[in-house]
Amino acid sequence: MKRLFTHLLATAALALVAGSASAQDKLKVGFIYVGPVGDHGWSYQHDVGRKAIEEALGDKVETSYVESVPEADSERAIEQLARTGHKLIFTTSFGFMEPTLKVARKYPDVKFEHATGIKRADNVSTYAAKFHEGRYVIGQIAAKMSKTGVIGYVGAYPIPEVVSGINAYFLGAQSVRPDIKIKVVWANSWYDPGKEADAAKALLDQGVDVMAQHTDSPAPLQAAEARGLFGFGQASDMIRFAPKTQLTAIVDNWNDYYVARTKAVLDGTWKSEDTWGGLDSGMVKMAPYTNMPDDVKKMAEETEEAIRTGKLNPFKCPVLKQDGSEVECQGGTALSDEQVLGMNFYVKGIEDKLPQ
Amino acid sequence: MRIELQQRQAPSAIARLLAPVLALAAAFLLGGVVVAAMGRSPLAALDVYVLQPLSDPWALQEMVVKATPLVLIAVGLSFCFRANLWNIGAEGQFVVGAICGSTVALATHGTEAGAWVLPAMLLLGTLGGMAWASVPAFLRARFGVSEILTSLMLVYVAELILDYLVRGPWRDPKGFNFPQSVTFDEAATLPFLTDGGRLHVGILMALVAVVVAFVVMGHTIFGYRLRVTGEAPRAARFSGFSEPRTTFIVFAISGGLAGLAGIVEVAGQIGQLKPSISPGYGFTAIIVAFLGRLNPFGILLAGLVMALTFIGGEAAQITLRLPFDLTRTFQGILLFCVLGADALVTYRVRLVRGAPAQAAGRAA
Repeated sequence: MKRLFTHLLATAALALVAGSASAQDKLKVGFIYVGPVGDHGWSYQHDVGRKAIEEALGDKVETSYVESVPEADSERAIEQLARTGHKLIFTTSFGFMEPTLKVARKYPDVKFEHATGIKRADNVSTYAAKFHEGRYVIGQIAAKMSKTGVIGYVGAYPIPEVVSGINAYFLGAQSVRPDIKIKVVWANSWYDPGKEADAAKALLDQGVDVMAQHTDSPAPLQAAEARGLFGFGQASDMIRFAPKTQLTAIVDNWNDYYVARTKAVLDGTWKSEDTWGGLDSGMVKMAPYTNMPDDVKKMAEETEEAIRTGKLNPFKCPVLKQDGSEVECQGGTALSDEQVLGMNFYVKGIEDKLPQ
Repeated sequence: MRIELQQRQAPSAIARLLAPVLALAAAFLLGGVVVAAMGRSPLAALDVYVLQPLSDPWALQEMVVKATPLVLIAVGLSFCFRANLWNIGAEGQFVVGAICGSTVALATHGTEAGAWVLPAMLLLGTLGGMAWASVPAFLRARFGVSEILTSLMLVYVAELILDYLVRGPWRDPKGFNFPQSVTFDEAATLPFLTDGGRLHVGILMALVAVVVAFVVMGHTIFGYRLRVTGEAPRAARFSGFSEPRTTFIVFAISGGLAGLAGIVEVAGQIGQLKPSISPGYGFTAIIVAFLGRLNPFGILLAGLVMALTFIGGEAAQITLRLPFDLTRTFQGILLFCVLGADALVTYRVRLVRGAPAQAAGRAA
């Protein structure tokens, strides 16, 4: 107790001094997270990127974040960052799109970076990662590891980013096991460990024995671990939550991008652009392949390498829709980026209806 | 030794008046201890959480915007709670209000529809909230079903209906398959009170609701009946007040105001329908209603205080790196202190030595 009060007095005095002495010429970089930094998935991984900025650029920058910002009520939080001197602001969920653009119009001298967005402005860039490349790899692993021949997927929302992931996952699985079946359950939330776990349990009850998810917490993976089955980490390496279950994880590596963009603002070379990085740029990384036989591991490594070097595209033509019709091949030998970014159909073989 | 609560013969009027002030002070003190335990300066936290927002016009405006739905809903809830009826489902009534009001906005989208659009939206929103609230009211009045459960469960039904609509029939065809409606036209958007600000006319509706509720609660026979029903249901029955009727009326009032809050939020703030349009206003408003001690003006104040904790909480995350959970914790502490202070005004705490009371003794 005594220590608490000495601490209390000391910090009070310190804060009064520090408040006036904070350097004005530091670049302030702000982050808006949709979940808590402790989600150990999506938001956590963005926060790792924030720390990477601090580490790389040291005393040239100062970073701050606001966590668990509801998408429908995010405009104020974003503006709060803009008006407290943050000159570069990362808004890290699709639902922050309109609020980001609104605030950006009001603060033309502030640079904004909107993750997974589709609308840009002079001071708003967008960036995302080709998660679907990793999905293809884990799809192959899932098909090899499944005994029941049924693999499961917990999706957040049926938006293109998620749908293209399911398709890539399934195409990967199909490429090594043509009769593979997939079941999908929607959690209707990015971060809700309770709901995510329930969705996962519903899938496991239906005979699914390999679990994948496009939500933010390790809950589905843990549900698989509790039954002694297999699963994948999402957004972050989740091996410590399921040491016997995680086969690998698709890791979002924002560090390099965040550092580069911050440097660009410092150098005055920042301009609005759209970045979509995959395995080749290192924005998507695979966590170590664990809990699987060597031949499966070898296959995964080869596929990863093939995608990285551009030899393999998960959406190589022909891509067939559920009804067997062929999707127009706008990207030459594979679907174009626009087609993947706006994907709103399931590929052939998925015996489920996409919520439309 | 045990602690006993004894009802005071005549609670002191001064104590009753001072209770919320003391509760607020106690909450800040406890909050300060938590902040200190986290290794930050409580003084700096007080500055960032409270003093800075209160001295910054932008933050004040944001506070009012955030408080608007909370106050509207809480004023309605106070009618229910006064009558000892527990409408926990304001969140659902909020959502249904938003849905019903938006039908007009979506039907007139892209047309030259004129000034009637907004009033129609507000009216339909209110009616929608009322209708949604009348379901638990009916079940309670007719079959004696617990309104706590039914109203709460209808929240999820409402949310799923909204989810279905924005994914299906109401999805913006040009929206890349993302689950959201088109952005409302100018005619379906609440006008702003200031240029470039976010202060929409919804706040005026909240103020009107507060004043009207104050008059109704304190100066009409209906208000009197409500208090009697809540405080002495038997007396109310003997004097011929119909319980089912009261149930319907208070649920209609609170559902209507929650529905109004829903459409105001959508037409004033968000500008379109999305799968999630409320960060839990309907639930937070329950806290606001009790923080304001079910008094309309108290609720207005409580709504502003609650909004302040959100805005200050964001500022604290940015400048002090205090986590969002602290905001939640502080809101809990605040409610605890207000309810505790109220209890202490009505009851005396006595330490009783020796043998426990007989009933308790046997149980032990």
